[in-house]
Amino acid sequence: MNAKPKGVIGQSVQRIEDRPLIIGKGMFAGDISFAHQLHMRIVRSSSAHGVIKRIDTQAARALPGVHAVWTAADIPEMGPIDFREGKIEKLEPYRQPVLAIDRVRYVGEPVAAIFASDAYTAEDAADLVEVEIEDLPVIMDARAATGEFAPGLSSEAAVITQGFGDTASVFATAHAVVEIDVTVGRHSGVPLETRGAIGRYDAARDVLELHGAAKVPHKNKETLARLFGRPAAALHLFETHVGGGFGVRGEIYPEDILVLAAALRFGGAVKWIEDRREHLMAANQSREQHHKTRAAVDEKGTLLAIENEFWHDQGAYPRTHAMRVAETTCGILPGPYRVGAYKALGHYRLTNKTPAATYRAPGRYETNFVRERLLDAIAAKLNISRVDVRKQNLIRSDEMPYARPLCVLEDDVSYDSGDYAGLLDKSLKAIRWDELQSELAERRKRGELVGVGLATFVEKSGLGPTDGAHVCVDTTGAIEVITGGASVGQGFETVMAQVCAEALGVDYRNIRVVHGRTDRIDFGIGAHASRATVMTANAVHAAALIVREKALSFAAELLQSEAATLDIIDGRVIRRGESEGPSITLGEIANHLRPAAKLRRGREPGLSADGWFDTDHQVYPYGNQIAVVSIDRETGAVNVEQYVIAYDIGRAINPVLVRGQILGGFAQGLGGALYEEFLYDERGEPLSVTFADYLMPTANEVPKVDVIISEDAPSPRNPLGIKGAGESGIAAVGAAIASAVDDALGSPGAITRLPITPQRLKRILNRLASA
Amino acid sequence: MTRHTIQLKINEQTRTISVDARKTLLDALREDCNLTGAHAGCEHGVCGACTVIVEGEPVRSCLMFAVQAEGKTIRTVEGLAQGGALHPMQKAFTEQHAVQCGYCTPGFLMLTVAALEKTPDMDDDALREVVASNLCRCTGYENILAAVRIAADDMRRRT
Ligand code: FES
Ligand code: FES
Repeated sequence: MNAKPKGVIGQSVQRIEDRPLIIGKGMFAGDISFAHQLHMRIVRSSSAHGVIKRIDTQAARALPGVHAVWTAADIPEMGPIDFREGKIEKLEPYRQPVLAIDRVRYVGEPVAAIFASDAYTAEDAADLVEVEIEDLPVIMDARAATGEFAPGLSSEAAVITQGFGDTASVFATAHAVVEIDVTVGRHSGVPLETRGAIGRYDAARDVLELHGAAKVPHKNKETLARLFGRPAAALHLFETHVGGGFGVRGEIYPEDILVLAAALRFGGAVKWIEDRREHLMAANQSREQHHKTRAAVDEKGTLLAIENEFWHDQGAYPRTHAMRVAETTCGILPGPYRVGAYKALGHYRLTNKTPAATYRAPGRYETNFVRERLLDAIAAKLNISRVDVRKQNLIRSDEMPYARPLCVLEDDVSYDSGDYAGLLDKSLKAIRWDELQSELAERRKRGELVGVGLATFVEKSGLGPTDGAHVCVDTTGAIEVITGGASVGQGFETVMAQVCAEALGVDYRNIRVVHGRTDRIDFGIGAHASRATVMTANAVHAAALIVREKALSFAAELLQSEAATLDIIDGRVIRRGESEGPSITLGEIANHLRPAAKLRRGREPGLSADGWFDTDHQVYPYGNQIAVVSIDRETGAVNVEQYVIAYDIGRAINPVLVRGQILGGFAQGLGGALYEEFLYDERGEPLSVTFADYLMPTANEVPKVDVIISEDAPSPRNPLGIKGAGESGIAAVGAAIASAVDDALGSPGAITRLPITPQRLKRILNRLASA
Repeated sequence: MTRHTIQLKINEQTRTISVDARKTLLDALREDCNLTGAHAGCEHGVCGACTVIVEGEPVRSCLMFAVQAEGKTIRTVEGLAQGGALHPMQKAFTEQHAVQCGYCTPGFLMLTVAALEKTPDMDDDALREVVASNLCRCTGYENILAAVRIAADDMRRRT
């Protein structure tokens, strides 16, 4: 491709997707309706663990407007919910049934489904269903003694190990051993739009449709087609606007299968919209892990070995991701540091809470907290600075690419590029680290509880292996880009349009981007784990370059010039450097390439192309975060005064969108660090089922953040050099704030648990005061 | 359930709809008036995604029954742009990248427009207080605050 001095890649251009959203014409799941649709309401278990003795649906069935009431017995053909990546032998018996069979295992588990003429009636009918449950003992702590999931099946569904080197011998001879015992609380994505699904059977075409899909429509289509025994062309998923994804939305849940099964059986449309209370007890929760971690170090704090044993609280069932979060936890824990030997041992435990799965930066928010707590503990033990201990262990740029015998998402870990210490220096400078130390000391002398903390991390994104895209120019010169990507509100359409525009030489606003529709393209990688930008953008780039070639080769003949002397500017092919000379527009070329056009002369019809991008490895963006906090002695509240996030993204296609991703992720990370937690009582009753109990940050809690987007280390693993952006803002917030709170307390290692709620911090303050 | 026939004045149009007494204004707007711009985020009065303007006041339409809005003047996000021209608040939201998924956007637009129509002169702290009464899960608020600041100045200039 020709280097363009001022291409649209790298520009902070306006989004193309905003207009419907600001004029109230967005089309979210709840906004979709079909004539004569039925409304589904789920009857959920009120017991955290028990045997179903009786379900009486008679009164519900008798209510006018109720069309049907289902229990598990009504859908024997609908097996348990499969894992996204296929069969996993040892977890098969633990899969969640669509509607509970014999036993319930968490409060909120679907027990029956009501289908009625309107949503209010369906809700009334749900209240009339009587479910008699004989309670069984509950397991509410993943560290507690294991119990039985079912007769003969342990609640420890799996044990996961990864590692390299002989940690035992290193520990036996090390200068010092540092140990921590820390916990990350249960929280989750909680998008502002709850889940929703509309199933529709179109008998005229014999197509079963799921509207309101998100995240991974193509993957889910495969799973659902298998479950329903339908050929690929007879089942389609449609993504519309999505009110936030964050890992939670777009997985296959019982409700998705129910609306499809009902649509098929009743021969029409069935709509389900979750309410907030349901969401907070039924959508995937995340993060809850307990870690016992120790490091062997030399006198300078060099990490010789790490051993990490952890208990992963999976909740009641494995979900579509199976063990991915726990596996990622093992594979990514060492993060940006060199470690001589490493051993991870994870207990994948089932408890009687809502099932867990991924939430933005899965396995990283947790391990960044754990590992950075460990680094702080090493610094404290050896009495060296928290900056120095990190700097001397950070992998150096001359060691890149840096492989280590661990695996993340079945991909061998190999960091592609980066200058970790260089980026840390940028942040330390931005926050004025050295001056800050004396300023904070001064304020502490005056009695304030203030401190600063830091965390460094490696992210991962763009897991392949392959994604494709189709680019087509119509006879008016308008362009359609069809992708198998998905948009969860991150500016996907704009980014894809920018990439296509630059490769093709057109205005990005003249491009329509299609995503999340399985009827338009056969394959698609979706939007998860920051794959969209890396994989789909590179596929769009490839397709656009082929279209460019086609256009130039046709124009060369017509303009009687070498293709190499031509360029495309604003959708018009011209002789390079001659804006006045002969030219032809892309629309005109498309017109000459119609199947019946005379000038086509044996060329393949249409000005369009498919493009593919393959990759063997993920890419590893990296960053660091620094927090300055003050603590209110009376209330235990933490006030974040300053915050720096530095992140190397390789190459930013639209910096303002990257910044937006980072700021949004940060706010979520702040929630998990200070406020958000799913709590349960000892009987398994969920206590955080409204926004009054599950506290998400408002504009009052989120401080201004200094974002440093660096492009020092473009990825060598794709032509655009890009890495993902979605997860960097959130990834180390818990880690950095814990470090800062420790510093403010003057008590290294005081924080062992997230979130640092005022109540918990008040207890620590009291303990320190009495000590 | 007895149904009530009520008249609502929405975006300068009078609509006659027939609803159950228990139907919320939010559901009535969305289901009976085909105005789906106001969204349900919690149906509990906390998130503000359902905010519309009733008699000049920002109102959580999930907490109001449709029958309570009988005869009142209601403005929704669909009525904000005038003759194809975006309201300064809409313009600022898109220009400042205050929109990500857009689910919270209509609520923020109606909330801030109502607040600024009543009190055009607000400093940054006051605006932050207003913005803090709704939830956004995507943006981290910084761009929303920037948009509201710019729109506030723009709205003042225009009056
Ligand atoms: S839906 Fe009305 S305040 Fe949340
Ligand atoms: S933009 Fe998604 S909730 Fe605000």
